[in-house]
This record gives sequence, structure tokens and C-alpha cells, in this order.
Amino acid sequence: MRVQADTHRCIGAGMCVLTVPEVFDQGEEDGLVVLLDAEPPPERQAAVERAERLCPSGAISILREAEA
Amino acid sequence: MPESRTGPIRFPLDHVGLFDPPETLRSLREERPVAPMTYADGHVGWLVTGYAAARSILADPRFSSRRELLHPPVPRSMTPDMYKPSDPGQFVRMDPPEHTRYRKLLVARFTVRRMKLLEPRIREITEERLAAMVAAGPPQDLVKGFALPVPSLVICELLGVPYADREEFQHATSVFLDWESTAAEIQTALDDVTTYLSGLIKRKRAEPTDDLFTELITGGELSDVELVNIGFLLLAAGHETTANMLGLGTLALLRHPEQLAALRADPSLIDNTIEELMRYLSIVHVGPIRAALEDVEIEGELIRAGDVVTVSLPAVNRDPTRFPDPERLDITRPATGQMSFGHGVHQCLGQQLARTEMRIAFPMLFERFPTLRLAVPAEKVPMRDTMLIYGVRELTVEW
Ligand code: HEM
Ligand code: SF4
Repeated sequence: MRVQADTHRCIGAGMCVLTVPEVFDQGEEDGLVVLLDAEPPPERQAAVERAERLCPSGAISILREAEA
Repeated sequence: MPESRTGPIRFPLDHVGLFDPPETLRSLREERPVAPMTYADGHVGWLVTGYAAARSILADPRFSSRRELLHPPVPRSMTPDMYKPSDPGQFVRMDPPEHTRYRKLLVARFTVRRMKLLEPRIREITEERLAAMVAAGPPQDLVKGFALPVPSLVICELLGVPYADREEFQHATSVFLDWESTAAEIQTALDDVTTYLSGLIKRKRAEPTDDLFTELITGGELSDVELVNIGFLLLAAGHETTANMLGLGTLALLRHPEQLAALRADPSLIDNTIEELMRYLSIVHVGPIRAALEDVEIEGELIRAGDVVTVSLPAVNRDPTRFPDPERLDITRPATGQMSFGHGVHQCLGQQLARTEMRIAFPMLFERFPTLRLAVPAEKVPMRDTMLIYGVRELTVEW
């Protein structure tokens, strides 16, 4: 699984950080999403998918097997 | 497209009991989750009661937040600035890229990490209010003694607005949120708060302090008009909302003693309890409101360019296709995905602050008063029936 986070779309709502702090953070200066782990291990997959769904601005995308 | 049998409805406002949204919303959600609705000024637009439809509308850039495009869903008196573009700084009623510019100036101050840093201070503030309640003894109004002052003190400190001046913006906020206020009352309240904030900006320019408002003022990117409008937006949005969650949330837990007992037995349930209370109470009762910029089809309904769409958060948060057995308050259900903070680019800027405040305030309250209970019959609790944000006006408790 590969994860992408688009800082141009991000509105800094912080849902990703709350959901998977191991994978997402927010920049100290701009409050926007920072990807800590672009290839999270399989055991985080469900949580990352939840973050993708919860992100209000559609800034998070997951590239699944076929596309990756 | 099915024709509605009785013609477009009006926005329903008749709550059932203390916590349940109007019955009409439930039947609409079953029959026509995107339904035609007549607005207070005669515009015929839409009312959205289904979760999936609300989510797709709020995430869709073809739906605009621009004030000049909106119509009032509730019979709120016509404010003088209705149908006019937002003034600079009023970014809730703007679209990207104007909205983006303001939002980006502010997000860094409201991150999850920043909110964690505030925790010790929020705990102190909460402790002070609880100690004052103990000192004064029962019975007491929990709204006046706890639910309102805690978030007000927090937002005042964060912004650097003297708490002693709270009357200046608390009054304006409640006038603004009451749909029975007259246009003249609203105008006067806005003028007063503008005068107050302009003075504060001058004082902070002369004597900078260590707070968010000073940073915005001295940052040099915002005009005085923008500063006043952002200041009022943050003050208003930052205290009435959380205050109502604390007041109504306490009532909800007291009326569902088995849920309160479960939380007391397992304090780690607090985060989920907050999401579930947000879902179940959905205190923003009117809106978010958007206007279609082009023709859009949603759930088989053709929304035409110019049509205004009002989402009912209480309805969408009780959509059984998203939350099984939705009428039940259940602090153990998976409640993430509740939409009470909105969705899309306007999703609440202060949501992590609100969560932090609630995560601290609720447990401290119930810990300090193990025997907390209502001092009046539940039917006698005065509710905020005419407010855009629902809650209790007063909550007399004893312990
Ligand atoms: C439980 C408490 C709260 C609730 C239920 C709530 C609800 C909401 C909702 C539904 C929106 C979206 C409006 C729309 O889409 O048109 C919103 C936006 C906003 N909220 Fe909150 N809010 C809460 C607490 C706070 C706090 C504590 C602040 C403090 C700063 C705040 C500041 C804002 C701001 C500035 C916006 C506008 C964001 C934008 O347009 O980009 N809110 N809130
Ligand atoms: S959830 Fe989305 S909008 Fe919020 S910080 Fe993460 S990426 Fe940004």
C-alpha cells in the first residue's frame, strides 16, 4: 500500500493525525498534512483507509496494489 | 423525478422531547433524502437529510458557500447584509481561493499538536470553575458556572481577549444566533462588537502580547476589517458551540445513566463518548448551507444552478444506513464519521480545540461530582428552541 497526501487540498482539519499518528502529522509552521510513512505496513491499512474516508478535503489517497 | 405530494415543505423546527430532531426529518430521509424546500424568503431550494447526499454535497466544489448566493432556510429576520458578498475576513461564507487564504493563515494554530499543548491550561481553567461551584454550593446553573465559562475562558486566552470583556462578544453572539432577533438588533450587536474589537486591535498594536490575535495583527497580512471579522468569528464560533455541547452533553449523560455509568467504569471511552455525543446531539441545527453553481444531480434529484441546499446535521447523523440503531445514545458504537463539524473545505477549524475541551471538561465534572443530578424535572429544563445552535439555556443541578 502506498499513501499520498496532497498539501494543496489539505485544510488542516487534523483527522488524519487523530486516526493514524504513525502515518500522518501536521506541519509545525503551516498546519498542513505531513506524510510520515508513505508505505505503511499492512497492519495499518485499515486505519489509513479510515483516515482517507475521514479527511474532509479529499487530500489523502491510497494507491492500491494494482495502481502502485 | 417524483413530485412531492404536498408541495415543498418548510424547514422543520419542532423538536421531540429534549434530544430528538423533528419527526418530519426522519420521514423525509426515508422518502426523499434530497427534498424541495421553501425558504423563508420564498426561494424554493432543497433540504438534505441523507448522510451520503450531505457528504457528497459538502465535498463538492460545485456547491458554494458565498453569502450573496444563499437564501435563509429559517424565518430569521432579514439581516441588512443578507445577499451581499461577505466582508473581508468572513471566510465561512467564502469559496476557495479567498477562503483558502484565510484558512491557511489559521490552521497552524489549531493543529492536534497545538491543542495538546493547551491541555494543562484547560485543566486548570476547568478546575477553577469546579472549585467555584463547590464553594458556592448546590443548586447551581451549570451553564453559567461551567459550560459557558470554560470554553469562553479558553478561547479568550488563546486569542488574547480579556475575559472581563466577555459581555462585549457574548451578547453579540447570542443575538446573532437567535433567529427571533430583529434586523436592527443584529445590526446594533455587530456595530458594538466591531467597535470593541477595533479598540482591542489598536491596544494590541501599541502593546503586543503573546497570543493568536496579536500574531495576526502584527503579522501584517490582514487589514483591520479582516482582523475584526476573523476575531469575531473565532470568538463566536469558539465559545457558544462547545458551551452548548458541554451543557446539553451533561444533560444527555444524566438522562442516560447507564451510559454515564459505562463511561465512569471505563474512562478510556471518553474519546468515543465525545464523538457519539456530537453525533447524537448534532447541536448545529440549521445548515451548513450551500448554493449550486451549476446543475448537479444528487440521488436522482436535479439541483439547478442557483438553488440553495440546506443540510440538516441532526438528520444525517441519524441516518440508519450509516449509523445502525441511530436513535440510541451508545457511547461504545463506532461514531467516527459523525458530521457535526461539517465536511469539506469548511469543516470546523476549531474541532480539535472543541474535542480537547470536552475530553478534559466532562470527566473532570463527573469526577468532582459523583452524585451530580438535575435539580429540576427534565421537562422544565429551558431549551434553546429558537437558536441556530441547540442546547440548554440553563441547567440547574445539585450534587
Ligand atoms: C462542539 C463544538 C463545535 C461545533 C459543533 C462546530 C461546528 C462547526 C460546523 C458545522 C462548521 C462548518 C460550517 C460550514 O460548513 O458552513 C464549523 C466551522 C467553523 N468552526 Fe466550528 N464548531 C465547534 C467548535 C468550534 C471552536 C471551538 C472553534 C474555535 C475557533 C470553531 C471555529 C470554527 C471556524 C472558524 C469555522 C469556519 C471554518 C471555515 O469556514 O473554513 N468551531 N464549525
Ligand atoms: S485529514 Fe485531510 S484535511 Fe485534515 S489534516 Fe489530514 S490531510 Fe489535511
